[in-house]
Amino acid sequence: MLPDDTNAEAPIRKDDAPPVASRDSDVKAAEAERDESAVVGRTVTIGLPREEVYAFWRDFSNLAGIMENIERIDAIDARRSHWVVKGPGGKTVEWDSVVTDDEPGRLIAWQSVEGSDVKNSGRVEFLDAAPGRGTMVRATIAYDPPGGTIGQWIAKILQREPNLQVRGDLRRLKQFLETGEVTSSASPSGRKNESPTEQAL
Amino acid sequence: MRAVTWQGKHKIEVMDVPDPEIVNPRDAIIKVTSTAICGSDLHLYDGYIPTMRHGDILGHEFMGEVVETGPKSTLEKGQRVVVPFTISCGDCFFCKHDQYSACDNANPATTSDMSETLYGYPMGGAFGYAHLTGGYAGGQAEYVRVPYSDVGPIVIPDGLEDDKVLFLSDILPTGWMAAENAMIEEGDTVAIWGCGPVGLFAVQSALLMGAYRVIAIDHFPQRLELAKRMGAEVLNYKETDILEALWEMTGGIGPDACIDCVGMESHGLGIDNIADTIKAATFLGTDRPAGLRQAIHACRKGGRLSIPGVYGGMADKFPIGALMEKGLTVKSGQTHVQKYTRLLLDLIGEDRIDTTFLISHHGGLEDAPSLYKHWHDDQNEYTKIVLKPGMQGTKAVA
Repeated sequence: MLPDDTNAEAPIRKDDAPPVASRDSDVKAAEAERDESAVVGRTVTIGLPREEVYAFWRDFSNLAGIMENIERIDAIDARRSHWVVKGPGGKTVEWDSVVTDDEPGRLIAWQSVEGSDVKNSGRVEFLDAAPGRGTMVRATIAYDPPGGTIGQWIAKILQREPNLQVRGDLRRLKQFLETGEVTSSASPSGRKNESPTEQAL
Repeated sequence: MRAVTWQGKHKIEVMDVPDPEIVNPRDAIIKVTSTAICGSDLHLYDGYIPTMRHGDILGHEFMGEVVETGPKSTLEKGQRVVVPFTISCGDCFFCKHDQYSACDNANPATTSDMSETLYGYPMGGAFGYAHLTGGYAGGQAEYVRVPYSDVGPIVIPDGLEDDKVLFLSDILPTGWMAAENAMIEEGDTVAIWGCGPVGLFAVQSALLMGAYRVIAIDHFPQRLELAKRMGAEVLNYKETDILEALWEMTGGIGPDACIDCVGMESHGLGIDNIADTIKAATFLGTDRPAGLRQAIHACRKGGRLSIPGVYGGMADKFPIGALMEKGLTVKSGQTHVQKYTRLLLDLIGEDRIDTTFLISHHGGLEDAPSLYKHWHDDQNEYTKIVLKPGMQGTKAVA
């Protein structure tokens, strides 16, 4: 079943699988909020009601403690926020992001404003899990792998496989919302350069 | 502090490492008073478990005194606790369904991907058992950081000495769950492969659960002797054709339930070409399931198969035909320790379960390298080793 506002070029889905599981790259690409070329997505189940998970996410500043490479997200107004993302060598890359869709308890979509160094957009949907199991949180992140000089520098930021990044970030979100802390195995070892209070790989 | 560290296959080194610190609000720090070397530590010692890193602190069976608590720990300084080897959050779907070893939150995000790739979904967390299960420092040390300390550790009442309760951390609940997974009914004959600590506790548990008879299989005379003392009939597979013996002893019906307490390093099979391919692809050795194969073959039609023995990768020539055609029920898994500790502590308190018979040797942390070697080489004589930080020298227990 296709939503009414689908444009005529949207690929037709042949089964009930979420688009990010498709083997057809066009189906995946059509999930981007804009025309970004790379799309990654993941779903995680969190044992809380949809409204609570939505409220946590809607205050973007909460995400900084959860998402590994986000240094901070400052709210500018109800729809706009300023993102500061960690880069290589202690440098940061920054952009403004605007919420383009907001359905309380159900969906948040956002995208970087025109002219940002990293063109990116995202959507997170909050779906009812099976009865008693809380909320399925489905995140879809789209971005343009950057080119040019600044692009090469930014490419280093995105060096980690974006799929891994999304998976890890959603796991941390689940840990924090379910247990009240982000799980860490930080502990001593016989390796000289490791701190007992920092999470090792 | 001093800690027992893994430095590669068959290399154990006791060294100075930093003390652990509180990292998260639900943490506690435990000063270790007793910590055992587990049979599954031998899989690490032998280099069978991937994702070990040089310098990892070993040990997942430990107990001690609470010396520090995070603001959300429910423990109090000075309490004596036994710590389950499984780290579990208590809040996720799995923990709420008593499937603690499957905890969805205890394996940090950075280490979850490896087991997700291997098994489809990430494993839970565990102490001192490679980075597949989180890379948590283990208990063969003076101090340990215990995450989610409000869920795991069980407070031990005064008057029960360490040797009586230490095995609540792993092998006693593991033997108990092994028997529970065999779904024992009145009149059942239960056959148990492997008379290591888990096998011996499975013997004890199966009899407590009402098994009519228990038949225990091994080849170490000392271990068979312990099983006999627990009330089992014993078979030595070096002397006896096991399948023939089980047919005869059960009058051609077969054991109602079979328990594989051996695991991946079972004796008796080589590794073939396909296995090598898989090995290269997954960085895992191929499991050697000789005991498991025999258990499937021996089990009666419609019987139950319980697998507490540890496997990590792939098994060749798995007798799926016998499993299907006989309609066996299989239950397995890492132990949901937190589910059983209260019940088993009560049984120990009532003297209905004894665990001290198992311990053959005590030693200090500094003795760990030589004791690992003995544990590996002299399995007949060394039936269980308990390390006591601060103790000088090794002592055989009479």
